[in-house]
Amino acid sequence: MTYVGLPTPSETPQETMAKIAGTAAKMKVVIVGGGVSGLSAGWWLARSGASVTVLDKGIVGWEASGRNGGGASHYQSPLFVEEQRMWPHMDELLGYPTEHQKERIVAAVTEKQLNQYHYLAKMNNDLGYRVDLLTGDQVRAMVPLTGDNCLGGMHYRFGGHANPQRSVQAYAWALQDLGGRIYQHSPVTGFETECGKVVAVHSGSGRHECDAVVVAAGPQIGALMAKLGVEVPLAAARAEMIVTEPAPMMPIGGVDGNGLYGRQTMRGNLAYGGGPHEWLETFEAGPPARPSSPLTRNLARRVAELFPKAAHLNVIRSWAGIVENTPDGRPIIDRMSDPENVVVATMSGVGFGLSPASGHAIRDLVVDGQCSFTDIAKLSLSRFDGIGADWREQRGWQAPKAEIAA
Amino acid sequence: MHANNGTDPHAIGTKLPAPEARYDLVVVGAGPAGLAAALAGAGEGKSVLLVDENPIPGGAMGNDVPLLFGGRMTAATQNAERMLETVFMSEPQLEAAMDAGVEVLLGTSAWGVYRNGPGITGLPESVVALADKDRGWIVGYGELVLATGARDLAIGFPGWNQPGVMGAAALERLLTRYEAFAGKRVLIVGSHDLALHTALLAQEKGVEVAGIVEVRAAPQGDAALADAVRAAQIPFYLEDAPAEAIGGIDGVERVRLRSGAEIAVDTVVLAIGLVPSIELIDAMGGSRVLDGARGGYIPGENAGVRCVGTCAGLADTGFDHVEYRMDWARELGKLSAAGTIVCQCEEVTRGDLLGVQPPRYLERPAPMAARSLDTLIQDGPPNPDQIKRLTRAGMGVCQGRRCRDQVAMMLAMAADGPFGSVPLATHRAPVRPLPLRVLADWEESPEMRAGWDVWFGIPTQWVPYRDIDTPREREHQVAIADGWSL
Repeated sequence: MTYVGLPTPSETPQETMAKIAGTAAKMKVVIVGGGVSGLSAGWWLARSGASVTVLDKGIVGWEASGRNGGGASHYQSPLFVEEQRMWPHMDELLGYPTEHQKERIVAAVTEKQLNQYHYLAKMNNDLGYRVDLLTGDQVRAMVPLTGDNCLGGMHYRFGGHANPQRSVQAYAWALQDLGGRIYQHSPVTGFETECGKVVAVHSGSGRHECDAVVVAAGPQIGALMAKLGVEVPLAAARAEMIVTEPAPMMPIGGVDGNGLYGRQTMRGNLAYGGGPHEWLETFEAGPPARPSSPLTRNLARRVAELFPKAAHLNVIRSWAGIVENTPDGRPIIDRMSDPENVVVATMSGVGFGLSPASGHAIRDLVVDGQCSFTDIAKLSLSRFDGIGADWREQRGWQAPKAEIAA
Repeated sequence: MHANNGTDPHAIGTKLPAPEARYDLVVVGAGPAGLAAALAGAGEGKSVLLVDENPIPGGAMGNDVPLLFGGRMTAATQNAERMLETVFMSEPQLEAAMDAGVEVLLGTSAWGVYRNGPGITGLPESVVALADKDRGWIVGYGELVLATGARDLAIGFPGWNQPGVMGAAALERLLTRYEAFAGKRVLIVGSHDLALHTALLAQEKGVEVAGIVEVRAAPQGDAALADAVRAAQIPFYLEDAPAEAIGGIDGVERVRLRSGAEIAVDTVVLAIGLVPSIELIDAMGGSRVLDGARGGYIPGENAGVRCVGTCAGLADTGFDHVEYRMDWARELGKLSAAGTIVCQCEEVTRGDLLGVQPPRYLERPAPMAARSLDTLIQDGPPNPDQIKRLTRAGMGVCQGRRCRDQVAMMLAMAADGPFGSVPLATHRAPVRPLPLRVLADWEESPEMRAGWDVWFGIPTQWVPYRDIDTPREREHQVAIADGWSL
């Protein structure tokens, strides 16, 4: 169940589950945000014996958690090894299908892309993660939909992909099976604090008493944490994807490249995104809309270039998701000092694949105060202390004035 | 100052292209209402573009796009040139429009409308996206008139998922505009005006009409029309419904009614109702309202867009189309089994839909098998967009045309609410299935190419954790992030 391209884990996920059982007994935890990070954290906490309540403004996984490329190969993250250890076991541990599939191939159709991919392959190999370089012919043999324009690529002997919507629902259902409660259409309206701790969370579904709180509400984290006097710098943007009718199944579905991310689903559809994003204003109630744009046409071109033998396939949908980013694009997973029982978690636009691991890290912060399996000190909120009020403007990340007016 | 110097090269900025052309008025749909709007616009001296997707490409017809053709078109529909001529000749007003200076494009579908608003400001102007069989492009408009008509409402029953079960609008199109109907003998389901008109039209065109099946106790349509049907010796089967369509390799051969009667026909025509074609309005984030007397969901007020003809709503005769549909859905639901297909593209059965079960290529461990719509409803009102992602109903190449409405009805019934208590699954562009190579922007701007990034183009995002705050961080940033235009 492990990957050939990675160090062998010292412990199986099943052993970890046995180890944490009962460690958070009698602890009441409220999770704000039923996205993939919050639900995974809730699931890990429930496996630890905690009494978990998840509050969501709408439906679980409705925002970026359920609208992404489904990739699960994040070698840059301190959570990477845990991500890789957990994914092959998630179906069994959750009891519901996630459609997780192993390994990835990245194919280049320009020299510049090929050079980039070679650099990434070397970077991974330096880290101890096995990535094989592929010639154009090797890619064509492994990825039947690519064509003569493919110049080569790389094969990640780890990682993979899963179905975002199905996985989010799997976490939610597994959490319920462990006694956790999920309140949908239940936006959080305020926090009740006492002696430096949050003692209750107020929401559309009433008052929920708690010993600890996890705020994992994506773009809405900023407004929620402001209620607790904590500033979390986040900027939201819209990203777009397209999907085709089913193509013949390829041996490895996790294929991307040519400036795209995405995958072939287990049904055969090609689902791909990439390209320019649009920075947006954030609204406490959530995004008013998730519109696509004519970028659909640019995505179609990129997919047709990547897969010339699929160019005749029909595009049947496009969609958009609203994604939050921190100023350096890295996650914030941190326990606050005041109120001291609050953990903040944003994955800065790279949350789905890392969710089995981020949930574990969040569980550790809630229960033990520190992450048990890896160093995440560089993901602390304090790295943004003193960031200027104009940090978005400095990066060119501000929402257009017209959008603010709208 | 930050390294970005206050600009984000990977943000959308002004990268979305200007439209290829601009018209004072763009009209989508060259039926009577669309033609009238185009002619009126030309008469006022406006520059007018009139597009119509007919003739529909053969592949799309095979997927029941945009109407429920049910595989009953003749081979003539595969001859693009003949079809273009037939469509042109079938509508004399097209020539009048061209004479009046209207630019007419047949075989051209409108697959999206884009405008700035909540969540998007990067468009140079409001545009409508078009495609013919070879390419896609966008045009700007001063005013947009949608005359997209109405499409077939499908409600499944045992055996409906085979060639020979089609819709009334599709039959009319094959009989009148395409002259390409392959059936010989039909059974009509439903007895409101649509069904009665369909029966009379079919007979006039030389098709044998074996009967009209009505779930209610009496014919529902206009009394004079019903009399005309009786005078034409077409029998009514009242308080009855198709229990099963039975067929062979070429599709339907006969239909067994609930009453036990068996009727030999090669085609079942679903004429229970038509659904106003609001795909473009819905996909653009426009407003829609539910009006049972106008055929279900119809467009609301949308600035800059005018809906004319049946896409704005069916004629209000005081008849509640939604109630009528629900009667049919209840009855056909009773006649269906757990294994009856609801979503043909994804082969989702009624049992799997109501069980919120995953597709058959996935395993169903015990916790999964124990889940159902009932357990999902405990978390809140059912949402078709959530259910479609879990079951895949409505996720196929017909874009939910065959099952969107019946799924909404089934969910409303399962949740013990009226139709409308459960929202309709959303439409997204492209509202027609279009090949990648057609949709693609093969002439995208250098700015778009140069600004392209896989994700957000944030230089620090992909630096390996151990290298953060080390000299190697900058090396990685330069190599994999800065200027990463792919």
